[in-house]
Amino acid sequence: MRKVLIAVSALATLVALVAATTATGASRSAAAIPGCATGSLNLVTSGQLTIGTDNPAYPPWWDGTEKKSTGFKLSNPYSGKGYESAVAYEVAKRLGFAKGDVKWKAIPFTKSYAPGKKPFDFYLAQVSYKPVRAKAVAFSVSYYDVNQAVVGLKGKPITKVKTVAGLKPYKLGVPLGTTSYDYIVKYVGSKPKVFDTLNDAVTDLKLGRIDGLVVDFPSTGYITGVQVTNGVVVGRLPTQGTQEHFGLVLAKGNSLLGCVNKALAAMKRDGTLKRLEARELAGSAPLLK
Amino acid sequence: MIILAFALFIAVLRSLPGPVFFPVRLLAIAYADFFRGIPTILLIYILGFGVPGLQLAGVPNGEFFWGTVALVLVYTAYVSEVYRAGIESVHPSQNAAGRSLGLTHGQSLRYVIVPQAVRRVIPPLLNDFIGLQKDTALVALLGLVETFRQSQIDVAGDFNFTPYLATALMFLLITIPMTRFTDWLISRDRRRRQAGGVTA
Repeated sequence: MRKVLIAVSALATLVALVAATTATGASRSAAAIPGCATGSLNLVTSGQLTIGTDNPAYPPWWDGTEKKSTGFKLSNPYSGKGYESAVAYEVAKRLGFAKGDVKWKAIPFTKSYAPGKKPFDFYLAQVSYKPVRAKAVAFSVSYYDVNQAVVGLKGKPITKVKTVAGLKPYKLGVPLGTTSYDYIVKYVGSKPKVFDTLNDAVTDLKLGRIDGLVVDFPSTGYITGVQVTNGVVVGRLPTQGTQEHFGLVLAKGNSLLGCVNKALAAMKRDGTLKRLEARELAGSAPLLK
Repeated sequence: MIILAFALFIAVLRSLPGPVFFPVRLLAIAYADFFRGIPTILLIYILGFGVPGLQLAGVPNGEFFWGTVALVLVYTAYVSEVYRAGIESVHPSQNAAGRSLGLTHGQSLRYVIVPQAVRRVIPPLLNDFIGLQKDTALVALLGLVETFRQSQIDVAGDFNFTPYLATALMFLLITIPMTRFTDWLISRDRRRRQAGGVTA
């Protein structure tokens, strides 16, 4: 008797679960954003959402196993794994696109803001919002509030630094086009070395020609974990002035912006962004004073 | 200066006559072929990131040092070929005349051939120096911030492409006066050489 009861209750739970899943699925598509019906969106290719990002796509922003057919190195944006991939697919879903309707394009960062017709609907590759930048492209609202962090080599003097001002005597390096550069010039007060790619900057750190590499904090996990195994996060740089954030990049004047913003706002409201952040971007480090 | 000296040395090595000097000629040819044949950008990467990566004791680590070495190696190869063209353009009778006066091959090169050769190759040499001047932008690869890199930083920082034009202007400010100066040098030289032949 008891056994039967358990079986029955288990079955009931299962049924309830299935019902709940279908219910959420149904409610999602029903709760499409008003005024943003999938058919009415301004798209590069109608019926599909074309998203651009840089290549190689680095963890933890991008994840999943590298697949040759996608053309992406290191990870696979189609996987939905990694913070930016997950955010992009969530936005796509809220705009009414099935997973198969999302198409990824490898686009270098410099190309994302070059004048002319954009080959993507939106672009995301840890692009920080800045008012001057918004003169050239349109930015969505924040999908991640970011702080920069310093990576050094274990046992080197820089790892003992506790304050932002304490970084001044050390040679720092940054990848080209990062807000880390602005931060160092403005708040640390030194001139960093600037590299074409993150890879070149990492090489220089390994060679000991720079003492510290400054990148956004979530990226440091991959650097210290995979690229420079004797690397260590010296500390996170505190926010100075306004909070820096990443936004999706769209062509200036693209009417899609409103709908993307509504989707992101909804994701922030219902805690989706928080949940994805906790899932994809775990990790902590001391904050420099 | 280093480039001019090395390049002349290599060009002279390559013009040495006789089978005894065959290995020397071969080395000079191999050098020119190799460093003219590979892209400068590749050599900068190889020397700038590769050599320090070997962590050899006593070998300099600096990016400025290796960037300079790469440019010197490449441009020495180019300039040596220019010199060779100049040396070969001097008529063989000049050499023969020098030798018949009792000069050795070295003396004839030093006092007869090379002075004439260098005069003839000044314009193409200038070409190479303008090229070198422009290629300094490539050392930015190693993280050095020069004008081009600074403009890239500004462009990426503000999403505005105007700094590229400013950088182009800065390069022109250096190269155009250099061109005019060399033109003047050449014409002065011509005036002096032909001074006896033209009645004033």
